[in-house]
Amino acid sequence: MAEAAIELRNITKRFGSVTANKNISMTVNKGEILSILGENGSGKTTLMNMLSGIYHPDEGQIFVGGKEASIQSPKDAFDYKIGMIHQHFKLVDILTVTENVILGLKDEGKLSLKKSAARIKEICDMYGFKIDPMKKIYEMSVSEKQTVEIIKVIYRGAEILILDEPTAVLTPKETDNLFSILRNMRDSGKSIIIITHKLGEVLSLSDKVAVLRKGEYIGTVETKDATEQSLTEMMVGKKVSLNIERAEPHDCENRLSLTNVSVTNKEGVQILKNVSFTAKSGEILGIAGIAGSGQKELLEAIAGLQHLKSGSIVYYDPKTGKEENLRDKTPLQIRDLGVRLSFVPEDRLGMGLVGSMGITDNMMLRSYKGGKGMFLHRKDPKTLADKIIKELEVVTPGTDTPVRKLSGGNIQKVLVGREIAASPTVLMAAYPVRGLDINSSYTIYNLLNAQKDIGTAVIFVGEDLDVLIELCDRILVICHGQISGIVDGKSATKEDIGMMMTNLPESKTAEEDAQ
Amino acid sequence: MKVKAAKEPLVRIAKRTDISTGLSYGIRAASVVLALLACGIVVMLLTSGKISFLEVYTEMLEGAFGTARRVKITVRDTCALLCLAVALAPAFKMRFWNIGAEGQALVGALASCIVVKLMPDMNGALLILIMFIASVAAGALWGIIPGFFKAAIKANETLFTLMMNYVAIQLVKFFAVLWEKQKGAGVMSTLTTGKLPQLFGVDYGWSIVIILVVTVLSYIYMKYSKQGYEIAVVGESENTARYIGINVKKVIIRTMAISGALCGLAGFLLVSGTHHLVKSDIVGGNGFTAIIVAWLAHLNPLIMMLTSFFVSFLDIGTAKIASTCNLNDFASDVVVGIALFIILASEFFINYKVIFTKSGKKAKEGK
Amino acid sequence: MDFAYILSRAVAQGLPLLYGSNGEILNEKSGNLNLGIPGIMISGGVAGIVGALIYENSVAEPNGVVGLIVSLLCSVVCSLVLSLIYCFLTVTLRANQNVTGLAITIFGSGLGNFYGGAISTILGISNNSIPATAAAYKAPLVPFYDKLGAIGTIFFSHGFMFYLALIIAFVSWFVLKKTRTGLSLRAVGENPATADAAGISVTKYKYVATCLGGIIAGLGGLYYAVDYSNGLWDTQSFGDRGWLAVALVIFVVWKPNLAVLGAFLFGGLYIAEIFVPGLTSATKELFKMLPYLVTIVILISTSLMKKKENQPPESLGLPYFREER
Repeated sequence: MAEAAIELRNITKRFGSVTANKNISMTVNKGEILSILGENGSGKTTLMNMLSGIYHPDEGQIFVGGKEASIQSPKDAFDYKIGMIHQHFKLVDILTVTENVILGLKDEGKLSLKKSAARIKEICDMYGFKIDPMKKIYEMSVSEKQTVEIIKVIYRGAEILILDEPTAVLTPKETDNLFSILRNMRDSGKSIIIITHKLGEVLSLSDKVAVLRKGEYIGTVETKDATEQSLTEMMVGKKVSLNIERAEPHDCENRLSLTNVSVTNKEGVQILKNVSFTAKSGEILGIAGIAGSGQKELLEAIAGLQHLKSGSIVYYDPKTGKEENLRDKTPLQIRDLGVRLSFVPEDRLGMGLVGSMGITDNMMLRSYKGGKGMFLHRKDPKTLADKIIKELEVVTPGTDTPVRKLSGGNIQKVLVGREIAASPTVLMAAYPVRGLDINSSYTIYNLLNAQKDIGTAVIFVGEDLDVLIELCDRILVICHGQISGIVDGKSATKEDIGMMMTNLPESKTAEEDAQ
Repeated sequence: MKVKAAKEPLVRIAKRTDISTGLSYGIRAASVVLALLACGIVVMLLTSGKISFLEVYTEMLEGAFGTARRVKITVRDTCALLCLAVALAPAFKMRFWNIGAEGQALVGALASCIVVKLMPDMNGALLILIMFIASVAAGALWGIIPGFFKAAIKANETLFTLMMNYVAIQLVKFFAVLWEKQKGAGVMSTLTTGKLPQLFGVDYGWSIVIILVVTVLSYIYMKYSKQGYEIAVVGESENTARYIGINVKKVIIRTMAISGALCGLAGFLLVSGTHHLVKSDIVGGNGFTAIIVAWLAHLNPLIMMLTSFFVSFLDIGTAKIASTCNLNDFASDVVVGIALFIILASEFFINYKVIFTKSGKKAKEGK
Repeated sequence: MDFAYILSRAVAQGLPLLYGSNGEILNEKSGNLNLGIPGIMISGGVAGIVGALIYENSVAEPNGVVGLIVSLLCSVVCSLVLSLIYCFLTVTLRANQNVTGLAITIFGSGLGNFYGGAISTILGISNNSIPATAAAYKAPLVPFYDKLGAIGTIFFSHGFMFYLALIIAFVSWFVLKKTRTGLSLRAVGENPATADAAGISVTKYKYVATCLGGIIAGLGGLYYAVDYSNGLWDTQSFGDRGWLAVALVIFVVWKPNLAVLGAFLFGGLYIAEIFVPGLTSATKELFKMLPYLVTIVILISTSLMKKKENQPPESLGLPYFREER
């Protein structure tokens, strides 16, 4: 029988009133790759953070190598030879690769950066990483930083590797490379846990799959017995038939046109490249893509929060028929043009709302400047707050309770409610159902559909392909900052979209090579 | 492999997500009582037991309220501290660490004196008005400089405002020597013009009224004005501010102008209302103490009336005891320091809760 | 006037600043912006005087070396206690660093000046000088310095605390730059979450760095009290040296090795008004503004250049709480 490397028994973890992990048990053997599969917010990362000593379970036990382990700190985790590669890299920017790799190591004696660098070089050569051990982290690209994280864990001789969504930031080629390294490590007897929500990766890489759903453990299956269908069912609970109503679009006219929009970030990396599309009134335009493919920048560019390197964003005013170029206008200038653009950003508390303020004060965010004089007018926002609480069934002690204290679903209702209350002509929503329960999600879908029905041009950035296909009239697929195609929601299949998310059509790749 | 015995930490700390208003006020009240008790003990130690524990408090009350004059001084000192604390509130609300109140008040005081020196023949309300404007403008300028560099290039405002204090102090010293009454004195003679008159027959009456009005206005500004709202949004999240189109840089500079201007006002009142001269220690460290006063009041100007009174009371009360016992009045700083430590510590129990975990796994398994 | 003598005075003026800034650097490298350093310097200095005074008054013929050790211990204990209060409030109880630091400075300077201003009254003794101890501090380690010419006067006329400051600065530089401990400390100050994940005890590092830093800064006060001022404390004269030490940290962009040069430069600027011809007593005061103006210029230019290595530690001033979510 295979020897268990790690066993979790009845692990429970709560944050305040939220139960992130509930009674979870699972086992990883030596020389095995286990995938932990689950949607966003299903508690995968929390669970693994308890193995790496970041959190401590409220209940339950962890066994390492058959003995009960107490992992109070990341240091303890190292002692048990558990190494975790976090989604958000744990690297010190101003230090070099070598310094980061040896950070916290004590049993190597006197500090010798040269010697350590040589060992890093060996590891690099063994696995084919290309990295300069003396390079500073702040000079590196995202995938280079991930490489450093992996080297760090290997350097420490970890026997159990945990990778949190490692492919989210990688190109397909880099992903293949990573997977072959992971297989090599498995074959040399190491245990690997990979957290992911991508079915394809699960099936191609892992030996076993453990599925979590909303913090609960659903079960573990052998990968060879699993199919995308069966895993999906475990992940979402039942056969994915969402039954989102989709009315026929009507009175469609061009509302917003982007032509050759390009955006570079602060580091000078091109995030969006020649993006062109048109959003129409009375339809929902979906945007699909791997996380971090430029969705955030695209919406922010439209909202006036990103400087455009080139291209134009033209708004067609439904009342006057005038065309307004929104390029390089600030959010206020856009509003002053009479453009009713609403935007539900991905980062709800960090951008869309002010966590420490109550619902009333959050209602004012968009409109506080209105009204005469230098003082705020809280009456209308208060009425709006009461209305949203009632109509969207927001659970809150009152309109003055800081929104930070509400649950994720209620926070989102407040945000979407406010943005819709501005009676927008264009409504953009980034991952509006992320982390929400089913009921709240449907509330949001219905709100979006209602907006579509009254002639708003809705732009919906989603991650769940089933939702995109059932909700959206057209789906724009974005891949590495470029549009790989726009498909019809009614006829598109998940496979098509999935392919387009990871591959640009050949015409564009050729263009790329030519440059 | 090194394997540790299974153990659980005895104490864990978690952020409080909800605390009842009653409990939070209870903790605060308890901390004030505790602070007062500690002060009593410390004073006994400092005076080597020359006065008894209970006498400490009667002496303190006597020192702060014993005579009409003492009451007046207590109120005056409370207001002087309050004015600076109120001035700092908007900046702190914006999470801009303005620790330059001392310097901003000093340049305000200096500006008033310069006005008087430049206009020796003028007198009356007009002179006072010009002094007022000059002080407020000077304080604002002293606030705008670090504000501008924070907004433009993200220069660390804590360190910047700290340095500006000493630039201001040296500037004041320069003028103090320039105007010294006799060579080598280093102190200027008191001004004969530009003095705020009594109000309702009370010295410092104007200062007190002006500061109370500013306090209330500041409360209204922070809570009910559009600009106050912008400050709160910028302080909470610059991203949100950007998202709704607030010009963050403008708000930073504007708020620092206001913060500095109010400090300048405090400087004006010190010159025109109280001391009628400028010297480098005229603010007397209140610019720093005010930071703590404002922080303990959770940046609420109305509550600052209480916190600044509390600190002034300890200060004056201890000074009284020190003088009775023939000791120097640095004892006040010691006592105020101790009280601040205790109240700062109590904030922890409002923001976090301490969970005592049942020690040992065995007990759990036995269940 | 003798140029070598001027330089030796500049060095003497710079020493409290060197100790203070060295201590503050260790604090800030751990992510603690300790504005309590000025208070710690004052009380650490006065504690030394009090210790020596009690000793010299309790024996008939006080031995300077014993007095030196007693005062050194008193200073260290006093600075340690204040640093521990700061750590407990900011690290364990997560109070705001700026506010706590200022409270420490109010308390520390109050405590120092309270005892320093009236030692003999409080101790009930008539004698308030510590000649033996002060002499022990001031004794040049190189007795034949005057035979070494100008170099001797500038560098070798000082008591042992001059060398101690250089050694501490060198060791600080070496530890920060060349050892695992230093690497870990820098990581704690830059990114405590990362350091924590790497198995470094953030709390332990913050406590140790802050306490050591506090003790070192207190030695600056001690030097000023027992060596520079001959053991006679005047509540006015220490002045802004504590804040100047904080300024110096920015000036030398958080590098202890540069702090040595910076301290002597600041020390020079501090007394330069005495030697620069043509200054009136008023313009002398403007001259004293220079260190602060220079620091502001450095602060602006490092922010402008955005060179990562010259920025304050990234987590400076922020509390760290692992279970933050």
